[in-house]
Formats: sequence, C-alpha cells, structure tokens
Amino acid sequence: MASGVKPRVKVPKTAAAGDEITIKTLISHKMESGQRKDGDGNLIPRSIINRFVVDFNGQNVIDVTLEPAISTNPYFQFDATVPESGEFKFTWYDDDGDVYETAKQIAVS
Amino acid sequence: MQLTRRDLLVMGSVGMGLTALGVSPAMASLTDDEIAKITEGAEVGTGDLVVTAPEIAENGNTVPIEVSAPGAAMVVIFADGNPTPAVATVNFGPLNPTRAASTRIRLAKTQNVVALAQMEDGSFQKAMANVKVTIGGCGG
Repeated sequence: MASGVKPRVKVPKTAAAGDEITIKTLISHKMESGQRKDGDGNLIPRSIINRFVVDFNGQNVIDVTLEPAISTNPYFQFDATVPESGEFKFTWYDDDGDVYETAKQIAVS
Repeated sequence: MQLTRRDLLVMGSVGMGLTALGVSPAMASLTDDEIAKITEGAEVGTGDLVVTAPEIAENGNTVPIEVSAPGAAMVVIFADGNPTPAVATVNFGPLNPTRAASTRIRLAKTQNVVALAQMEDGSFQKAMANVKVTIGGCGG
C-alpha cells in the first residue's frame, strides 16, 4: 500500500528543558495481516508496516517492531525527554520497501 | 546414612524423570516457546511490569493496550490465542523516561495478552492480562 498513507503526529510545540512530553502517532495503513481471505477463498497477501522508529536529534526514543497483530492504522503513544530544542524524526518502514517519514520541531524555553 | 552408588543412580533417574515431566507441558503453547527463545532459559520474574488492557473488548480488531515497564530496555508483547502470538517488540531508547507505550492490537478470541520485559540489567519480567473478546479480529 504505497498510496494514501498519511502519518499524523502530535508533539507539543514547546517544553521546558528536561521535560517529559507525551507523543501520539497515527499512520493510515490497512495492515493486511495475511490471515484474511477474499471472496474466492484466496489468502490476501500480508502487507503491513513492520518497523516504527522515533529519534530526537539523533538519539533514539523508541524503536518498535510491528507484527500482523497490530491494528489497522497503527497508533502509538509514548513519552520522551526533551533535553534541548530540536527535531523529532518519525520513520515507518513498510513491507513493500516504502519508508514514510515525518518530523516535528520542539522549542525548549 | 551413607549413599551407595545404587542409591545415587535411583535418585538421579527419578530427578530426571521429574524434570522431563515439568518441562514438557510448559512447552505446549507457542507463546511459551517464543518466550523461551528470548530468555534462553533465564529465570523470568515479576516486578513493576504492568499490562493494561480492557477486561472485555467488543471488537477484537482494535483492542487498546498499554505496557508500562520502568527500567526495561525492551518489551515483547504476545497474544497467546492468536494464530501467530507475536504482537510487537518495543525497544526503548535513552530519551524515553517512562518506558511505557500504548497501542491498539488485534485479538482473534478471548485470551491472555502477555508481556515479557528485558530489564537494563538483563533480567526478565513477565506480566499478563486477560481480555474477553466478543467479535474476533482476524477476518475469516
């Protein structure tokens, strides 16, 4: 599924240095499990996002390996420490080789 | 009482028999197999690791779950009643303070959601939550 994939990410715009912030991410993807059958009884081949990585200024925050048991439109919520101003980089890796990326700036006051 | 060689042989064989009995039922489920593969026989304890899941999920296609594992480097989540038990592997980086994550998963039927955490010192913790599923989430 290379078309219609839209990542959505919620990160606060500002934070105090060393703050713990909560990040929510959602990406539209049908996450075909490879277990379902179509009308003719043929297996629908697996097509999922298999890896999701979040980095802040090059330091890792979370690195998730996804299996077919993750729901359609994979959603993740987690916390991150913000030591300085910078950029959160979000990367999703698709089974078909596609890579979806998005980034969010955060300013430390 | 002094132990003769015969006594030792008898004790040894009884002991081995018991071990074999104890191990075989534990290897019965796929989830336990997967956990054994990761821990490589290391002891699995309990601790601060918590799996939060709804008691009853009406729709098995999206079941919100949360794992919280203070001090963990990695958490592996399994659903022991799914056709393939693995759900996700979460590696926490240095900038993750709470070592917690929530997501939504698919559950085929009523079952346990099992989390195995590898702590920063290399030890393992396990926790589970039972979820009753009204409509399964694996198609078909």
